[in-house]
Amino acid sequence: MLRKKIEPYLFLAPALAVLLIVFAYPVFRLLILSFQRPTAGKLHFVGITNYKAILNDDVFLQAVRNNLALLICVPIMVVVALLLAIFLFERIRGWQFYRTTLFLPYLLPIAVVGLIFSYIFQLSGVLNDFLTAIGLSGLALDWLGSTRLALPTLMFVIIWKEVGFGIVLFLARLMSVEEDLFDAAKIDGANWWQLQWHVTVPQLAAVIEFFTIVSIITMLSWVFSYVYVMTGGGPGNSTMVTELFIYLTGFRYNQMNIASAVAVLLLLVTGVFIFLELRLRENSAIVEAVE
Amino acid sequence: MKSRYGFQYWFGMSVRQILVIFATLLSLFPVYFMAVSSFKTKSEYIANKWGLPSSLNWANFQTALAGEKFFVRFANSTILTVGSVVVSLIIACLAAYAFARMEFYGKRTLFNVILSLMVVPPVVMIIPLFVTMVRWHLVNTYQGTIIIYTGLLLPFSIYLMTNFFRAIPREIIEAARIDGCSNLGIFWRIMMPLSAPAVVTLIVVNALWVWNELLIALVFMQKDELKTLMVGISALRSRNYVDIPATMAGLLVATIPIVIVYIFGQRFFIRGLTGGAVK
Repeated sequence: MLRKKIEPYLFLAPALAVLLIVFAYPVFRLLILSFQRPTAGKLHFVGITNYKAILNDDVFLQAVRNNLALLICVPIMVVVALLLAIFLFERIRGWQFYRTTLFLPYLLPIAVVGLIFSYIFQLSGVLNDFLTAIGLSGLALDWLGSTRLALPTLMFVIIWKEVGFGIVLFLARLMSVEEDLFDAAKIDGANWWQLQWHVTVPQLAAVIEFFTIVSIITMLSWVFSYVYVMTGGGPGNSTMVTELFIYLTGFRYNQMNIASAVAVLLLLVTGVFIFLELRLRENSAIVEAVE
Repeated sequence: MKSRYGFQYWFGMSVRQILVIFATLLSLFPVYFMAVSSFKTKSEYIANKWGLPSSLNWANFQTALAGEKFFVRFANSTILTVGSVVVSLIIACLAAYAFARMEFYGKRTLFNVILSLMVVPPVVMIIPLFVTMVRWHLVNTYQGTIIIYTGLLLPFSIYLMTNFFRAIPREIIEAARIDGCSNLGIFWRIMMPLSAPAVVTLIVVNALWVWNELLIALVFMQKDELKTLMVGISALRSRNYVDIPATMAGLLVATIPIVIVYIFGQRFFIRGLTGGAVK
């Protein structure tokens, strides 16, 4: 009987060991580091000094503002993904081909995509060549090189790459909705917008919520690669984000304790959304759709 | 009743088709741009940025593959990808079997905690992980980086495999148990062979993730001869002088494995990536 009690833990042991090394212990160390500072080569507890320092750091505050600005992408992504998923679901000609191509950006490496887009958006890049060729040279701007445009350009690339996930997610869910629901609404004389608003959106509510939360987490804490590859945070910190701030502070300026304090704050903020996401996953409203 | 072939239907379908085609062109343009540019000479690229190349000029591929330690980086990416995908798969399947088919104290809570780790951003852990890995002499090693990747892949892998194992009928397991099969035997001889589709899905999704990952590779594989393909690529941006067509050729070679896997395993991709939400 003892064997039966211990056995599950033997199956779990390797996973738990790795998770302890990669998640639990680092988070514990992170908390401690964030309250310490090195003096004469040794770490000492300094209370909330690091936190006070970052809250007065203009670059950090700029990074937070930029992360918040990135949240504008979320509603755009939801609407675009929803519309395209509905169109594909209506079986427009070639929908399977479109599904394949619209999903492709999501799979490409951000490093590759970022580099290609930085050649597209260069001052002498493809986009400006094209705008000049069609007589819109007034619109040929320095897309990644100006403090005003760099962040919106970055947002375009993020949306371009992440929206495919939403399309595939929504389409998979749509395909599992009972056809009768759509037919009933049509017989009742609902027009296209009414049909979407009263049938599609409520049926997709759980996946829309899921995609929204995942996208919020992405905008707050998974955009490092885009920024690192395309702008490096510039020009003039106009595209600085929290993750890049942590990376630069910790590894380029060797202020690991300051960087730790920022990481703690980031974990607390994303933690709220992680909790929401977990609640949603537990909710059995999200049903099996993909064979 | 409106005719299915009336003007309104035709008009609506046309609007949809135009919007979807526009979105598709937008999705494909960067890939198209990369592909055509990689066959152009430098002067041709400057004169004609978005058109087709006048002839297939393979010299860029030679330049790309010769420079920047391309093969070394390709090999590093491959080692890390294969290593972490295999290790995480084995560990995740064992844990998933316990979650799906065994009873133990704290099961539900533990499962939820692991689920919540799925979206914890790695950037939160890199500083303490780096401090620890330095102390264990695991920075700039394949093993150290594979451990980190394995940890980051585990939550999703455990989740996906647990859901799949749960769907395997209990009768099969009971029958095997009556025949005297141990838990490890059931796991190895019954669960794993039955789970081939889920395993393929997991391998494809995880391999893609590791292959594309940048931050961990940047921090933990700093030595020049250990850098991954994505780290090498990301360093190209800050160059003042860049041979764009040769760079594009390099990017194309780095992307081809993904596109091939995608074309052949599309349904695995879609199932795996939506499996998290639309299970």
